[in-house]
This record gives sequence, structure tokens and C-alpha cells, in this order.
Amino acid sequence: MTLAFELDMRGDTAAVRLTGRIDRDAGGILEHAYVAASAVGPAAVELGFDDVDYINSSGIALIVGLLARARAEGLPVRAAGLTPHYRHIFEITRLSDFIEIVVQPAPH
Amino acid sequence: MTVIDVDIAPGDPLLVFLQSAPGPLEIAALPAHSPAVVRMKEQDVRLVVPLVTSGEVVGMLALGARRSERTYSRDDKRLLDSLARYGAPALRLGQLMREQEKEARDRERIEQELHVAQLIQQQFLPSALPELGGWHVAAFYRPARTVGGDFYDLIELADGRIMVVTGDVTDKGVPAALVMASTHALLRSTAQIASSPGEVLRRVNELLIPQIPMNMFVTCLVLVIDLETGRTRFANAGHNLPYIRRGDEVVRLEARGMPLGLMPGSAYEEVEAVIEPGDIVLLYSDGLTEQHDAAGEMFGFERTHAAVAAATGGDDLIDRSVLALAAFSGGVEQEDDITLVTLHRSRRGGYDETVAFVVPSELGNEREVMDRVASIVGEALPPSRLDALRTAVSETAMNAIEHGNRAQADLDVAVTVRRTPETVTVDVGDFGRGRRTPRETPDLDLKLAGLQTPRGWGLFLVEELVDRVEEFADGDRHIVRLVMRTAEPAAEERGS
Repeated sequence: MTLAFELDMRGDTAAVRLTGRIDRDAGGILEHAYVAASAVGPAAVELGFDDVDYINSSGIALIVGLLARARAEGLPVRAAGLTPHYRHIFEITRLSDFIEIVVQPAPH
Repeated sequence: MTVIDVDIAPGDPLLVFLQSAPGPLEIAALPAHSPAVVRMKEQDVRLVVPLVTSGEVVGMLALGARRSERTYSRDDKRLLDSLARYGAPALRLGQLMREQEKEARDRERIEQELHVAQLIQQQFLPSALPELGGWHVAAFYRPARTVGGDFYDLIELADGRIMVVTGDVTDKGVPAALVMASTHALLRSTAQIASSPGEVLRRVNELLIPQIPMNMFVTCLVLVIDLETGRTRFANAGHNLPYIRRGDEVVRLEARGMPLGLMPGSAYEEVEAVIEPGDIVLLYSDGLTEQHDAAGEMFGFERTHAAVAAATGGDDLIDRSVLALAAFSGGVEQEDDITLVTLHRSRRGGYDETVAFVVPSELGNEREVMDRVASIVGEALPPSRLDALRTAVSETAMNAIEHGNRAQADLDVAVTVRRTPETVTVDVGDFGRGRRTPRETPDLDLKLAGLQTPRGWGLFLVEELVDRVEEFADGDRHIVRLVMRTAEPAAEERGS
């Protein structure tokens, strides 16, 4: 499915829960999600990838664009819920140098 | 004003004289037997001022008669002497700069020559290795900085057998690359008329002798393999003997013969062997065995033998050899080209499946390609490697749809998936002409600074995620081949 999002405040962090695919069609929704998240004046934006099943190179480009904008506005970006594969992609593209990867503890 | 023209030959006694001279000298005080002095006298030189810096003569001022016809005064000489003291270092500096410029030009010329040699050589190496039913072929080639003349090739014979050749031209640079190109062409054309390896070598030797420069020769190994039975005939023109890993044993195929291009009338012993299911064959150039470490010791045959003994597959054998060599040489510069070719015959019962399908060039179909490939590959790859292949396939299919076929739905994208026990290979074919401009390496710092577009990750991801990417033309199709080994590589890095 194409991308959808839900926004939630967790303390002073704007948590953006993404659902669907991050590809060429996701540009508008991702932009909308960021604008909504930054409008509440959070200390950081956390992107939740638990329900994202596909990210391609166009999606990586959109995330780079979002990151560039957040950096220009001095807003830290975190990423949660990445699968090991997409964590690897964040590492080889060096996105993980600029986006803190939140690794959830394994369920007991 | 008249320009005085005089050259001082390196052995001229004037040089020694000037080196120890206290300052300006009358021509009469100089050694009369010096050819340079004779020449100066002919041009009516009266006074010579040596230009010496750091004890080295870097030039001299030669002056004719004064306009007033009077001799040079003591003040004139003092002035000229101080001029020489200041002028000599400046002149030396100018000379050094000129020498450096010349060296830079020479270096550039040599680099250019090396580049040409590399281009010639790489032109003749196979751009993609064939998929041989039940056999896995892998190759590694790394040129030395000075470019030798290594080559390898796989030639399909009219009777369906495969001829595998590896060779090495002595000497380096453009001459070696040209001889390599010529030998390669002779081998290919001879393989069309003779399929016995000994006869191929005999004919190529005769054809090569009239055209090969003096002091150059070519070592070469030819194997002709029946893929169905593993029956192999081989002959050798002075090349390194191949190793075979068979169960717990390592054996060497032995055959004798003179290198090509040395002696007319040479005959080549032909030997027959059977490459059994499960066997792994290693063909290698002396760039491997003759590499030295810092202490001057050679990598040698024992270490090569050990890598063969420990190998679990063809790719694994290449990885092991390259890693063992890197650990051994410990940073010593690579001395010669290194070529490794491995042939791994599957065990009986090993599967070798090929599935092909096409999709129309519609944006979004890359996901369909990705899902279908993943379901064909199934459990042949561990989950993490399957995820990596999925992304690489989706990116490659997207390029084929969007760029290769320009999203024209009536042009299809052809996908072929092959599974062997050792590798999964995915070919994605479109009707484009491939990449015509070099890819810009994506750099996140530049992208975040707005100096590079945020896009441009596709090929980067593909190259990072699979073990090997090859690109070649097949008829009117442009094919990108993704190769993924079924097991994790022996190490993170591989130089192929």
C-alpha cells in the first residue's frame, strides 16, 4: 500500500508512525508528515518504520530530503522499528551517521 | 648584442676548473685544451663568470669585449661576482623546476601508456562468465600497477565442449598487452578449427613466432572440458599447473610444453583427466605464487595448495586465496597481475534450476519482479541475503523499466533466475544501451549540503547489496546480472 502516517506526541518527541511503502509515490505524504510533526514544536522527530514493508532508492532520496530540511531547522531525527535489512541500508548510505537509530529491546 | 653559443660537454675539464674558481676568470686563465674554451675563444669571449651553488656548477656567464675596448676592471669583476652569487641559486631553482616539469610530463606519458595497456587488456577479458549447467565458473583478475599480460577466456566449441584458457605474457606495459591481444585472437580463431588442446597450442605457437618481439613469450594452459562427463583434455605451454580439490585430496594436473613464441616446431603433451562431481579446479597466474612479502619470501605453491585444500566452493577458493595473499604480503605492492579462475562441478543430485519470466515496462512492476524472484529463490538464500537480493532486484528492474525501456509498456523486461548449490543469479534484460555516463558516487554530506541531488542511490545500493554485478549485451538486450552466493562470503571484502 502507499504510505500513510499517524502522529503522536511522546513527551517532547513527535512520533510519526509510518505505514506502507516509501517509494516515489510517498513524497507528498512524507512531506505532510514532517510538516505536521515539526509544527507542534517538538525537541525531536522520531520516524516509526515498524509497518513500513518496502523502501527503495527513491524512498531513500525522500528521507535524505526530509533529513536535510530537519537539520536546517535544527530538529534531530530518529528512526525506530527498522528491520535489520533497512538498518543495513541506513548504514551503507550513512543515513545512520545523521539519524539516531532506535533499537527496541527484544520482547521477553 | 651578440649571443655567445657554447655547450659544455659533461667530461669537459672546464667544469672541474669552474667548480673551484674563486670568481670571474680571464679567458686566458682557462684550460686551453677544453673544447668549450676553444669554442669561446672563437667567439671572442674575454671573461667567464662561473655560476656555482652548493658546490655545483649550474652555468656560467661568458662575456665578450667591453664596448669601450678596455679590459674588465676590478669593480666590474666584483659586480659580476656578486651577480653570480645571487643569480646561481635562482638559476638552479629554475633548472629544478624545468626538470620537475619534464618529470611530470614523463610520468603523465607513462600513466597514459599504462592506461592504454589496461584498456587493451581488459578489452579481452570476458565481461561475463557463462552459466554452464551443473558447473560454476568464477574468476578474479587484479592488474598490477605496471600492467602485465594475464588473460583468461572460456570458448564454446562447435561440439558443445568448453575450452578454458589462461595465459600470461612476459614483460609489461603496452607491448605485453598487444602480444596478449594477439595471442588471445589466435587462440579464439584456432579453437574454431582445432579442438585438441595440444594441437591448438602447437598452431598458435607457429603463428605467434613470426610476430612476437624478441625476448617475449607467452605461457598458456588450455583445457577442453566435456560438461556432461567431466572428461577433460589439457595441454600446457609452460604455465602454472592447475590444482584440483577432490574430497580431502589436492592433486595437480601435469602436462609439459614450451611457452608459446619461443621455439618453432614445439609439440605439446596432451593429458586426459576427469573432473568429478564435487571437484574444484584452480587455474592461476604466477602473480599469486611469486608475490613476495616484506622479508622477500614468495607466497609459493604450499600456501596455494593450502587454500585449495580448505576451499568449499569456487568463489570461496578465490576469496581464500586473495585473503591469504593479502595477509602474507602485508602491504607489499602487488608485483604482477593476478588471475584466478575456478571451476566447480556440482555434485550429483545438486540442483540447477532456471526460471524465466517477463513483465511489461510499467512503473511499479519492479515490485512484482522483486516478489516473483524472491519466491523462486525461496530458501536457497539465508533470509538476510534474500532481503538484500530483493532490494537489488527491485532497483535493477526499476532502472530497466524507467531508463532502459523508458517506461514503454509494450517493451518487456526479461528476468531469468538461476539457482545452483553455490549461487543465485538474476539476469534483468531491457532494450536500452546501458549506462553511458559514469555514475556519480552518492555522498550524503554533499546531498545534505545541497551540492548533490538527494537521488542517485539505485546503482549504489545494487553494488553494495549483491556479491557481483555484471553488465553486458546479449543480442538486442542489455543485461544486468546480479550474482549472490548461497553462503556468506569468507570475508567482508573481495577484490573482484
